[in-house]
Amino acid sequence: MAFQNSIIWLYFSSPKNFYPLAGKLIPVFAVLAVVLTVIGLYIGFFVAPTDYQQGDSYRIIFIHVPAAWMSMFIYIVMAMYAFVGLVWNIKMSEMMASAMAPTGAMFAFIALWTGALWGKPTWGAYWVWDARLTSELILLFLYIGFMSLESAIDDPRRAARASALIAVVGVVNVPIIYFSVKWWNTLHQGASVSPTMAPKMAAAMLNSMMIMVFAFWMYSIAVVLMRARNIILEREKQTTWVQELVTNKK
Amino acid sequence: MSDISEFFAMGGYAFYVWGSYGVTAVFMLIEVILVIRNKRTILQRLARMVRMNTQVDK
Repeated sequence: MAFQNSIIWLYFSSPKNFYPLAGKLIPVFAVLAVVLTVIGLYIGFFVAPTDYQQGDSYRIIFIHVPAAWMSMFIYIVMAMYAFVGLVWNIKMSEMMASAMAPTGAMFAFIALWTGALWGKPTWGAYWVWDARLTSELILLFLYIGFMSLESAIDDPRRAARASALIAVVGVVNVPIIYFSVKWWNTLHQGASVSPTMAPKMAAAMLNSMMIMVFAFWMYSIAVVLMRARNIILEREKQTTWVQELVTNKK
Repeated sequence: MSDISEFFAMGGYAFYVWGSYGVTAVFMLIEVILVIRNKRTILQRLARMVRMNTQVDK
């Protein structure tokens, strides 16, 4: 069984086999993303009550937390793909890492943006140099560094190897973001949800937030697979299967 | 009618709430549109490349 599994992974580590598989999976994840977003926002705006302290401004949490989690999660997965590409020289792994970076960067930006718009009414400031905010900003810069280094080197294999180093080294920043609210005295509130404690919010609020986490997750998978397909076409353009695919499309 | 305007007022936090949701929605939509458009351009460029190569071969 383990042997069979490893055969399947080897099979889909070939861009030629990955391309059609991704094409079949994209609509599934896209539909899931849309359905979950509709349900999550419905609960978030029409079922979840107004907060007694923060009023309706707290409703930003339904996108702020999912975006922040995705920005960290995508970074870890991206670094793992980059590492596998670096060590075992697997091309598909490199391509997955570069397909993930723009989406991760976008979620890091959204986390900062929605955080700023939530910070103003609750703390009185759009931005403070607090450990949580600063380390999330560094995450955004790591994504940007990864992407710019990759695009600065012409040879795709060398570009992937150089940018993989940034990705792998930068992983240390993710636990710093996560634990920053514990390690330092920050303005940012502590974790609202954690594996060891009962959640500190109303059930409808928590449900909406978790559904939005899954919605953003499904969205990320769909859009990353779409981008991975583009990267495959670009990097495999000399192969017969891509040239046949391109001519048959016309 | 007042229900709707009350909803959009977000208890006085309209700017912050809709500013967050609006920018998030725009970014996520633009990302998808860019990836789809990018695919179309790549396919067109590669098809042109293949056509040129086959002409050279002949």
